[in-house]
Amino acid sequence: MVMEYNPAIPLLRPHIDLDNQGFWEAVKQHKLIFQKCKDCGLLVHRPRPMCPRCNSTEKEWAPSSGKGTIYSWVNFVYANAAYPGIKVPYLVVVVEMEEGVRMLSNMYDSKKEDIHIGMPVEVVFDDIADDLTLPKFKRREAETKVIR
Amino acid sequence: MSMFDQYLARRYRTTVRPRPEEYKIKDNVAIVGIGATEFSRDSGRSECQLACEAIKAAADDAGLKIEEIDGLVKFAMDYTDEMHIVSSLGIPRLNYFGECGWGGGASCATILHAATAVAAGAAKYVVCYRGMNERSGRRYGRIPGVEQVMVSPNDHYGSIMPYGFATPPSWVAMFATRYMHEFGATSDQLASVCIVLRENACRNPKAMFYGKPLTLEDYRAARMIVEPLRLFDCCVDTDGAVAIIVTSTERAKNLKQRPAILLGATQGIATQGEMMTSVYRPRISGIPESWYAGQELWRVSGITPKDVDVVQFYDAFSPLIPMQLEEYGFCGVGEGAAFCEGGDRIRAGGEVPCNTSGGHLSEAYIHGMNLIAEAVRQIRGTSTSQVKDAELSLVTGGLGVPTSALLLRR
Ligand SMILES: [Zn+2]
Repeated sequence: MVMEYNPAIPLLRPHIDLDNQGFWEAVKQHKLIFQKCKDCGLLVHRPRPMCPRCNSTEKEWAPSSGKGTIYSWVNFVYANAAYPGIKVPYLVVVVEMEEGVRMLSNMYDSKKEDIHIGMPVEVVFDDIADDLTLPKFKRREAETKVIR
Repeated sequence: MSMFDQYLARRYRTTVRPRPEEYKIKDNVAIVGIGATEFSRDSGRSECQLACEAIKAAADDAGLKIEEIDGLVKFAMDYTDEMHIVSSLGIPRLNYFGECGWGGGASCATILHAATAVAAGAAKYVVCYRGMNERSGRRYGRIPGVEQVMVSPNDHYGSIMPYGFATPPSWVAMFATRYMHEFGATSDQLASVCIVLRENACRNPKAMFYGKPLTLEDYRAARMIVEPLRLFDCCVDTDGAVAIIVTSTERAKNLKQRPAILLGATQGIATQGEMMTSVYRPRISGIPESWYAGQELWRVSGITPKDVDVVQFYDAFSPLIPMQLEEYGFCGVGEGAAFCEGGDRIRAGGEVPCNTSGGHLSEAYIHGMNLIAEAVRQIRGTSTSQVKDAELSLVTGGLGVPTSALLLRR
């Protein structure tokens, strides 16, 4: 069951600023990238203006494999405690990416019964409006099954 | 532990803090007045009126004239500004005023800021207040400006709202899912927290849930709000106001009430936080700003958790009580939910009596200020769930945001 939106309610767009615009521009092109410190190599998500480890402001964007595992989740089931522009039920997940950073996102088409902490997922890009693409996640077969 | 975690831990350990002897608040500042309106679902009055009524009640409680108030500390989130309060109450002038941010994280912080002014000699009688029509009027959990604005107001909201990660219960639920996963905590253990607090509320005639006991069956049967949190895991939206008056321990001798003397008040921000959604941290099954505010509190006061007689933990949602039992050192990491199981250890006669007025879950949700009032009542010996001979009373501020904590003694 794919997440459904209520077209009558506007969805809050990301607040795009100088620090995160590279991330959102890449998402628009269906690419997932993370901020990387040019000096010490630390990956940081969400993007920040300065590296919290070495205080360098020299940054680049590192491509992500798009693969990770579910770290935590919540299930929006009660409309009054959910975003009115999205039909309940829907799942918000924190995904721990292979690169070691975490992302907040949605499960693209899963029910609560289908997910668990530790479940392998991979990114999919949902063009939910002409001007808005969101990176979401789908179940993926674990590596051991893929490499036969 | 990743290299980055090790680095942060090292940076914390090497932080040099002022010596406890340099901390001027301990023993020198006291809470001398508490006041509140009734708690209801529809006050029928403006938030400014609620605040003024609570401040007047606190002044009467202390035995102070309105004219003697010379300082005011407000919540940044409070819609009533200090000029409106001053004009409505007829306070002649203020010498000291300011505001504390981060929602309920401001509660004990207002007392710290007031105490700092008093200890420094910048003000004599400082009022801290919070008045809110949270139930009937503007409620939290609403999406800011959703009708008018298409773009999130800042980068934080922009990183969560497009995914529908939009309400406080969902933000705490995200921590709770992980906490329950890592430590095997159960919803029945959370139910114990809710049931004990409801028992306390049922002894408190001013509580919203007075006369409405809660059973395990009621808890389990209630609807899910944001899974894994159910209805009674969430605080009770309230209209009302609470005011607290702070002065020096010396001046308190001439006032009406037994003073609740400050052993310490602290604030805490921990790194890599986000407003209620700190999901990028190495570990989200704990609340590091609470740990930090607690460490500072124990350090400046010279007290340890085992000495504390009664605690009012900020309980906007039930999982926050077991998590704070851990962060403030009342039990080990991961042991909080088991500590609460069955409720005996957190009841009024237990090892760590918690939220004796019913807390946010069952008394009222006034952004932590009603918890401070109850902590003071425990010192005075006037709680409806009085802990016998209570001498040390701890109260904590809103968490998951920059937080604060307060330790009172007789
Ligand atoms: Zn760096």
